Amino acid sequence: MEFLSRLTAIIRKEALQLGRDRLTFAMMFVMPIMQLLMFGYAINNDPKALPTAVISADDSRLTRGIVAALATSGYFALTHAASSEAEANALLQRGEVQFVITLPSDFTRRLVRGETAQIAIEADATDPTTTAGALGAVTEAINEALARDLTGPLSTHNARPGPVDIVIHRRYNPENITRINIVPGLLGVILTVTTVIMTALAVTRERERGTMENLLAMPIRPLEIMIGKISPYILVGAVQVVVVLVTAKLLFNVPILGSLWLLALATLLFITGNLAIGFTFSTIAQNQLQAMQMSFFYMMPSILLSGFAFPFLGMPAWAQFIGNLLPTTHFLRVVRGLMLKGAGFSDIATELVSLAALLLAVSAIALSRYKATLD
Amino acid sequence: MTDNAIDVHGLVKRYGRRTVVDHVDMTLAPGRICGFLGPNGSGKTTTLRLICGLLTPDEGTGTVLGQDLITGHDIIKRQTGYMTQKFGLYEDLSIRENLEFVGRIYGLDRLHTRVDAALDRLGLATRQTQLAGALSGGWKQRLSLAACVLHEPRLLLLDEPTAGVDPKARRAFWDEIHALAATGITVLVSTHYMDEAERCHEIAYIAYGKVMARGTSDEVIATANLAAWRATGPGADRLAPMLTNAPGVTAAAAFGATLHVCGPDPAKVEAAIAALHPNPEIVWERAEPTLEDVFIHLMSLSTDNAGDG
Repeated sequence: MEFLSRLTAIIRKEALQLGRDRLTFAMMFVMPIMQLLMFGYAINNDPKALPTAVISADDSRLTRGIVAALATSGYFALTHAASSEAEANALLQRGEVQFVITLPSDFTRRLVRGETAQIAIEADATDPTTTAGALGAVTEAINEALARDLTGPLSTHNARPGPVDIVIHRRYNPENITRINIVPGLLGVILTVTTVIMTALAVTRERERGTMENLLAMPIRPLEIMIGKISPYILVGAVQVVVVLVTAKLLFNVPILGSLWLLALATLLFITGNLAIGFTFSTIAQNQLQAMQMSFFYMMPSILLSGFAFPFLGMPAWAQFIGNLLPTTHFLRVVRGLMLKGAGFSDIATELVSLAALLLAVSAIALSRYKATLD
Repeated sequence: MTDNAIDVHGLVKRYGRRTVVDHVDMTLAPGRICGFLGPNGSGKTTTLRLICGLLTPDEGTGTVLGQDLITGHDIIKRQTGYMTQKFGLYEDLSIRENLEFVGRIYGLDRLHTRVDAALDRLGLATRQTQLAGALSGGWKQRLSLAACVLHEPRLLLLDEPTAGVDPKARRAFWDEIHALAATGITVLVSTHYMDEAERCHEIAYIAYGKVMARGTSDEVIATANLAAWRATGPGADRLAPMLTNAPGVTAAAAFGATLHVCGPDPAKVEAAIAALHPNPEIVWERAEPTLEDVFIHLMSLSTDNAGDG
């Protein structure tokens, strides 16, 4: 059976080569486990305990009951007590809270008089998925609170339909259009996917082709090689940004409310950080295939844990911690803030600082790993 | 401080438990061409890399171009041209772009003029816009050499520059090396070709990380003190297998129809020849031992430390 002997020859050879390519082998086991963990534990399309600010101009047993009922629903975590509309707005703008619940000063009075009382809920609706569950639970929670608290002489009001008028205000994305949120997010993901690979390959290619030895024999320093390798790709990334933004504006009518200069600054920090990550990968990878695998390995959490595909606030603490270590997470917040919320410098300053800090950290790792010799 | 272009002593490089370069001494006067010979994996490439600063020695001291080997490699790099074994330029850049790139890394002035001159010398002026990847092996090597000398180095380290290159291109390559040496450039060139070794002013033979022989080619042959015989006649070349493993015989090799036999002890070689079936048609005569005889002899003396690479 010549067929079988040739076939086994090929199978044996492939198995031997695979066994020696340890990184590929590890990837085959680590990747599915990582995906299972992320999809299984980290992702939650019905996020609970969303940070909420309450402006209560009317402190009564009834209003306390309603606020408590909202908290009990599990969707709202009452993290801030705002004293003014402006303060609450700033919290919403910075993304520190997802909801602002306003109870007007005449709330209890109107309820007791048998009039319709109003409660206003402002939601940061940039990501409709994050808010959908919570907003759906509001009516039930309020009705339950009223049924519990409108007792004795007030119980008659319960029979009346709609003693409380719930005014829901979806800020930043009033029509609840998913693509308004997805398109700015895609900008971050596209840049992550392309830029990390670009430098990861650019350096390993030199090593694979044997040109790195020649380069290192010449009087050039690691920092010069790194900056020189990264710079042209910053331009490539910039072109990508322009293409995505123009398309977003023209085809999807996604607004750009904030400053383009701030967007450019954030993008520069983000692209450079990604390129430095790719450069770091290239100092570890032995060949271009390994560099690709490592880039892919990095992209997974960048898509799943950054708040792009699934609500960031719905993730458990450990996943949020990992997410916060990824530049994509911070960039997404900046881009969504700038494009959809019209955020200003002070609103996104902390995210910009995070991006800059990550860039510095990664560059330091890349430089410490990159050797000017072949040792 | 010495006047030698290369003056290094006791160089050691280990990878794990394997000693690739084992206390290598190397001195080379300016303007000399030294052939660096030795079997594959003997440590030639590693030694060249140690000298040009691509690797840091685990032990050893010395100077290269008057600069300390360890602390001065920034200055050494500026005055040294190192040509890697594998084509080290960019196949997806044109001939001219490659030369200009190298020139800019060295921060050369009058770049345009220098590159023009290099292209003229190479005879590639008309093909300067072609991609380097399109060149044949011989041309690639000459382009690499041109890139190495663009910054007018004082020392050239060439790692098997003519491997896989046809004889005509090899000759052209060596003519260039001699022309460069005539201008005072020092050349250390590793090779496997005996004819190239003989074109060097002096040679160093390294095996398993140790320098086994050093001197001019005549000196190396004389020091080895081998005795050689040549057999001519019908079927002389077929005697090689019978002599190769005979006691006292270093090598028995057929060259066309003749047989070349050598060994360190003349009596033992003669005994081995005498032990063959007498054949009046085959004529035995004393011959000059060759450089190749010496290297095969040296290789059999040294012990393998399981090295490759």
